[in-house]
Amino acid sequence: MIFEVRWHGRGGQGCWTASTVLALAALSEGKSVQSFPEFGPERMGAPVQAFTRISDKKIRMHCNIYRPNAVVVLDPTLLGRSVVEGLVEGGALVVNTKSTPSQVKSSLGIHGVKVWTVDASRIALEVLGREITNTPMIGALVKATGVVKIDSVISAVKERFPGELGEKNATVVRRAYDETVGE
Amino acid sequence: MNQKVIGLSGDEAVAYAVKQCNVDVVAAYPITPQTIIVERIADYVNDGEVDLEYIPVESEHSAMSACIGAAAAGARAFTATAANGLALMHEVVYIASSLRLPIVMAIVNRALSGPICIHCDHSDTMAERDSSWIQLYVEDAQEAYDTVIQAFRIAEDPSVLLPVMVNLDGFIVSHTLQDVSVLPDEVVSEFVGKRQVASIDVAGKTVPMMLHPDNPLTFGPLDLFDYYFEHKRQQEEAIKAARDVIKRVNEEYYKISGRRYGDGMVDSYRMDDADIAVVGLGSTMGTVKEVVDEERSRGLKVGAIRIRSFRPFPVDQLLEELSRVKVVGVLDRSGAYGAPGAPVYNEIRSLLYDLDKRPAVLGYIYGIGGRDMPPELVKSVIRDLENALEKPPETKVEFIGVRE
Repeated sequence: MIFEVRWHGRGGQGCWTASTVLALAALSEGKSVQSFPEFGPERMGAPVQAFTRISDKKIRMHCNIYRPNAVVVLDPTLLGRSVVEGLVEGGALVVNTKSTPSQVKSSLGIHGVKVWTVDASRIALEVLGREITNTPMIGALVKATGVVKIDSVISAVKERFPGELGEKNATVVRRAYDETVGE
Repeated sequence: MNQKVIGLSGDEAVAYAVKQCNVDVVAAYPITPQTIIVERIADYVNDGEVDLEYIPVESEHSAMSACIGAAAAGARAFTATAANGLALMHEVVYIASSLRLPIVMAIVNRALSGPICIHCDHSDTMAERDSSWIQLYVEDAQEAYDTVIQAFRIAEDPSVLLPVMVNLDGFIVSHTLQDVSVLPDEVVSEFVGKRQVASIDVAGKTVPMMLHPDNPLTFGPLDLFDYYFEHKRQQEEAIKAARDVIKRVNEEYYKISGRRYGDGMVDSYRMDDADIAVVGLGSTMGTVKEVVDEERSRGLKVGAIRIRSFRPFPVDQLLEELSRVKVVGVLDRSGAYGAPGAPVYNEIRSLLYDLDKRPAVLGYIYGIGGRDMPPELVKSVIRDLENALEKPPETKVEFIGVRE
């Protein structure tokens, strides 16, 4: 069984980094992984995507992800009908927003998926002093799906960002994990 | 086996292998999507993790020229490029193989302009198809790592002495991070050893065939109708000899790593009782294997053959496998404009001509300029091949996944 994640963010927000840290966390649990950005020119501020595949068996699929099990939205301004395109029935939509899951559901008019929300921007501002929402949204995704252990993410984050930055990002991941709510 | 599993993109996996292969000289020029390879190698050199001469040159033509000079002086030389970079190199690509220099070059397959397109297809390396370089196409980052290590052994084998291109699909493999098992440095170092240089007799004296002031030799001088033809003739023998070497190195590598890719020449998947074979190169064949499993579960006897060595072409293996099937679908990620079909298709049709009972061969040109090949498109090909079991079409070469 392959678990597929699509990440939505803006160029410079660290979509691919989030995808890669999740992949490395899964790799540390012995899983087979792929992490790839939306291929093409990278433009600061433009909507971008990144993709993660996680599987117990060696991954052989080498194509885009069309039917993700989970969609993560790093930037609240990107929230619209298009982000749930292809999301599997019963899949998870994980959003950085001040709104509640039911508000997101009704504003998008979506059914059949579970919505999880967290105010990742606020957590990032409080802990990092900057609105970098990629690491907290990994915590939110893990809360929503349990695809990897949260401790694996924290180790992967500390490895990716050594020293104080790693500690702060680990705090951000943990807080987002704790504060994410779904329905 | 003491291997560690780390997260590497295809480009990073190539650079990691180069770091371990006792390479003496890297001369390279960056071009997307190959740039990460040469950047990582530059990092390794800068950080003192590898002891090699890194020559940042002003063009790909110079990159290959520098590798030729280095290899002629007995060095183990590596470079990497893609698409337009390879095209700019074209003239010297032929010189490297003609001088029988065992250079290893990673090519990150990318569409050859124009208009400019940075994404994957195989038009760049198909343009070098007849250059007498060995061409190995890999499926993923793990195989990219493994194949770079094997490539030095294949290139430097005394019965071969030809350069090797290791081809990985642009972005799809080059920029996708995956779990890659890497061998300890000392294991790779021992496997590839030091570059061995052949000996030749010059005026009654046996000397190493390399540029050295103690034994002056000339490489690549004028060669007209007196000997040029004989030298070209020898290249054909050398690349034919590479077939056995590729197979042997694949097995020897299996012993140190636990990984092998079919017999080294082709990677066959569920072909034993297959009526239908899907044949192609590179990363797409991984997706094809997934679809084959799905089709098998509903009872269709379909298998996949990934051609790993396009040059030398796996003549014996393909004849053996394809003589047993009824329908062959050939996937090509490049065109051969004006030809009967595309490069892989043309080879396979030609190869099967001598069989008494030939399968139907259908050609599909896909993925040009990085156009995605999702499982649904592979399934549509297999549906087409299934229909051909009942009623084989006349000659068919089709473009798929394109607006007509």
